[in-house]
Amino acid sequence: MSLIEFQNVSFVDGDKAILKNISVNIEKGDFISIVGPSGGGKSTFLKLCSHLISPTNGNVVFKGKNYTEYSPMELRKSIAYCFQTPYLFGDTVLENINFPFSIRNEKLDQERVIDIFSMFHMSIDYLDKNTQNLSGGEKQRIALIRSLLFMPEVLLLDEVTSALDAENAKIVENVIASLNGEGVTVLWITHNLEQSRKYANKLLTIEAGEVKSLEVLK
Amino acid sequence: MSGSNPIDISSLLIASSLVLITLIFSYWQKLKLEKEVLISVIRAVIQLVAVGYVLEYVFGFENPLFTTLLLLFMIFNAAYNAAKRGKTIRIGFAISLLAIAAGAIVTLAILIFSGAIKYEPYQVIPIGGMIISNAMIALGLCYKQISSDFKSRREEVETKLSLGADILPSSIGIIRDSIKTGMMPTIDSAKTLGIVSLPGMMTGLILAGTPPLEAIKYQIMVTFMMMSTTSIASFIACYLSYKSFFNSRKQLISIE
Repeated sequence: MSLIEFQNVSFVDGDKAILKNISVNIEKGDFISIVGPSGGGKSTFLKLCSHLISPTNGNVVFKGKNYTEYSPMELRKSIAYCFQTPYLFGDTVLENINFPFSIRNEKLDQERVIDIFSMFHMSIDYLDKNTQNLSGGEKQRIALIRSLLFMPEVLLLDEVTSALDAENAKIVENVIASLNGEGVTVLWITHNLEQSRKYANKLLTIEAGEVKSLEVLK
Repeated sequence: MSGSNPIDISSLLIASSLVLITLIFSYWQKLKLEKEVLISVIRAVIQLVAVGYVLEYVFGFENPLFTTLLLLFMIFNAAYNAAKRGKTIRIGFAISLLAIAAGAIVTLAILIFSGAIKYEPYQVIPIGGMIISNAMIALGLCYKQISSDFKSRREEVETKLSLGADILPSSIGIIRDSIKTGMMPTIDSAKTLGIVSLPGMMTGLILAGTPPLEAIKYQIMVTFMMMSTTSIASFIACYLSYKSFFNSRKQLISIE
């Protein structure tokens, strides 16, 4: 059974068709690199996966049930989404790290926080830093940490390494590859050809709102 | 009111020439406001004359039911006008009606039970008018702010939604900023009372011959009741209207 299934999905924004009759099956444990020209519908595809938007036509199915049968919050807690431009809210990193706990009515799990910061080779001292004083790369890593504090079943990544230098991009790639090794399904939009083939088992090409190909790499 | 200085019609007519200054300025600076100015002046005169006659009649008509109906009429009108500022908000009229009514009723009730005013038309109607119009202005500001924030802070809201948050924690920053926007003019005006301006009501009392130390008591009361009404009305309106920006699947809708 597919983990996420797109059944003849179309998405129209105003009078512009962004996605046209797309059908894709995403299996549990997949690492799918999504490639294609800008404006082709890749980010819309991820937004549909995260249920931030709903299809104009067709169905998106998670574990055999239509998205509409789940509570939106339940779905989004299972399917984490990291945006291309990370948005950190509040004044400090701590507010961002505390948010996933507070929406679950849980206290901040210090052990988990220390673990995950060390996975990203970051010091726990970052918690007190002002979000305005962070570089683009630091913001992106904090955004990733924020999405991964509670292990998701699916991780959606929209060009998350584009603002990182080579060293930090490598750290992030390793974390994501290791999460995939632990069973997290990864859908990753990337423009980096080497990156797109290195870790992925499938390569999905979306062009002009259509699935051009779904190539099995491994 | 022994020092009151009644204005005769001829003084009023001479004073009306002041409007010419505005008209000349608008024409000279090509502001194209002449028509607007004339319409506003004519409307102001007609409305004030009408309200003068109505108040003369109402103040003599000491039926509490009639006073209540008049207050309700004011609340309905204020809600209708406030709702026009929040066209993106679903059931904007109902929300505005509830917010303004709650703000006005709580404030008036405290004033009446504390003995500050009596439920007499000559006290309740002018004071009701002040607080209702203040609440209406506050709501207009709240709606403008909340609509523009949901458009400009889309990333923030969608980031929080994507983390699995419900729509309230995802919108709380916008809600708080909008409430603040609704309340700020009242707070700012309270800060500068007596330093930058002598408020209209206090000026009116002094012009009518009330001793200044007596007039400030009324002004202090008015300042407190304005704060109370704007905070209640802004709070209710923002907490009820933020849901308009989401669909049933808790997705942020597009705002034109």
